[in-house]
Amino acid sequence: MTQYMLSVFDAAGQEELPAETIEQIYADVDALNEEIMAAGAWVFGGGLHPADTATVVSVRDDETLVTDGPFAETKEHIGGFWIIEAPDLDAALEWAGKATHACRGPVEVRPFQDDPEA
Amino acid sequence: MAGPELVVVDRVFREESGKAVATLIRLFGDIDVAEEAVQDAFMVATERWPESGLPPNPAGWIVTTARNRAIDRLRRESSREDRHAQAMALQASEEPELHTEPVSDDRLRLIFTCCHPALEPAAQVALTLRLLGGLQTPEIARAFLVPEPTLAQRLVRAKRKIKAAKIPYRVPRDAELPARLGSVLAVVYLIYNEGYAASSGEELVRPDLCAEAIRLARLLGELMPDEPEAIGLLALLLLTESRHHARTNGDGSMVLLGDQDRSLWDRSLIEEGQALVKACLRRNRPGPYQVQAAIAAVHSDAASADDTDWSQILQLYDQLSALVSSPVVALNRAVAVAETRGVAEALDLLEDLDLDRYHLFHATRAELLGRIGRFEEADRAYEQALALTTNQAERLLLEEKRASQRQP
Repeated sequence: MTQYMLSVFDAAGQEELPAETIEQIYADVDALNEEIMAAGAWVFGGGLHPADTATVVSVRDDETLVTDGPFAETKEHIGGFWIIEAPDLDAALEWAGKATHACRGPVEVRPFQDDPEA
Repeated sequence: MAGPELVVVDRVFREESGKAVATLIRLFGDIDVAEEAVQDAFMVATERWPESGLPPNPAGWIVTTARNRAIDRLRRESSREDRHAQAMALQASEEPELHTEPVSDDRLRLIFTCCHPALEPAAQVALTLRLLGGLQTPEIARAFLVPEPTLAQRLVRAKRKIKAAKIPYRVPRDAELPARLGSVLAVVYLIYNEGYAASSGEELVRPDLCAEAIRLARLLGELMPDEPEAIGLLALLLLTESRHHARTNGDGSMVLLGDQDRSLWDRSLIEEGQALVKACLRRNRPGPYQVQAAIAAVHSDAASADDTDWSQILQLYDQLSALVSSPVVALNRAVAVAETRGVAEALDLLEDLDLDRYHLFHATRAELLGRIGRFEEADRAYEQALALTTNQAERLLLEEKRASQRQP
């Protein structure tokens, strides 16, 4: 089994979704979470506050610096993620397909480095 | 001194290396290990076969030698505490002899791995040519006019992704199959097209890529006889290939279908292609490749350009447009409209197409405008087509056409 991170991307400054759509998204994501858990593929997951709540910590000349985030200067930021366990990429992509439907946003799939069973 | 045995090694390599690599990947679960082992085995063959003569089953000999070499190498490496190598060697050496026989499914699995949509299209093409076609990296780089380091890098990156992300080595399940097969067929078609109408460079045709694509299409047809689109692609490639020798003049310039010397067409390829098209029609599960093959079959039925059954071709283009909405299909359909309903109606259709960056759009427009005497507009369209054409053979043809319609 390999662990994959499924990240959902939000575009900053995109139009606010109507309240009923947001409610539907929450319901769909809850249902998907239950499905992932029932399948035994769940490792972790959650939604994040918007990127303007982020803080960046870094080191310069051995000194720890704290600055207002987000770190990456892009319009798209991670809005939430799952960590799942899957036998191969096709299985992970199947979950990602369900995730993108539930969240109404693109989902990036990346494998973790260490195979936990190796 | 390329003795007959060395020629045989070369031939066996071209024919069997894809099969051997696919089998070794199944045994070891690792592309690099498999490739290296198969290369090793062919090196041994190059040394040994000229002296000892051919083994009774050269392909089987290659797989067995490659397997043993890989196990030896992995054992040597595993003594340096590499648990992964150890596990691979153990697994492969415990595999019963029966399973080390190449099975046809191996290559099918491998082509689905190579053409996985999670890989970038250029990498899908390169991997397919390298792993299934047995082409070397410099050959592929030359064929696609890419610097060799770029191509090597592309292959390394793709193989790393297959391993890290665990792109599976199996034929997709029925539910996924149509979409995934589409990506495999697209790769084979792209290889053929790059060979057939090289996107740039001196020659119009790079026959190696055409031959390789046809070999892959035959393989898919053999391995998936129940997929009419796989058969349709093979038919389309065979029928297109049948015109190969008629497509260029002695000076290397291109000859359009209507002006070709049809006695140069390859009758045996035409017969094979037409038989496949008929078999597809009987199944009645049409798809884009089958319909394009049917169009090619109608062309190849005509003894001369004037005998072409354009109304049947137009019907087929109508069917094709219903299956795929693409401006290029609409452009080709407009040519059939010009032949059946007149140039004016065809030119109206072209007005709506968003193909300003496509050289054949302007070339087609130029040709049609010239036919109804709108020479100044035609001249401008030829100029636009030339500005977008990088292939030398196509440029020669366009320049010729442009010059000849200036002095009608």
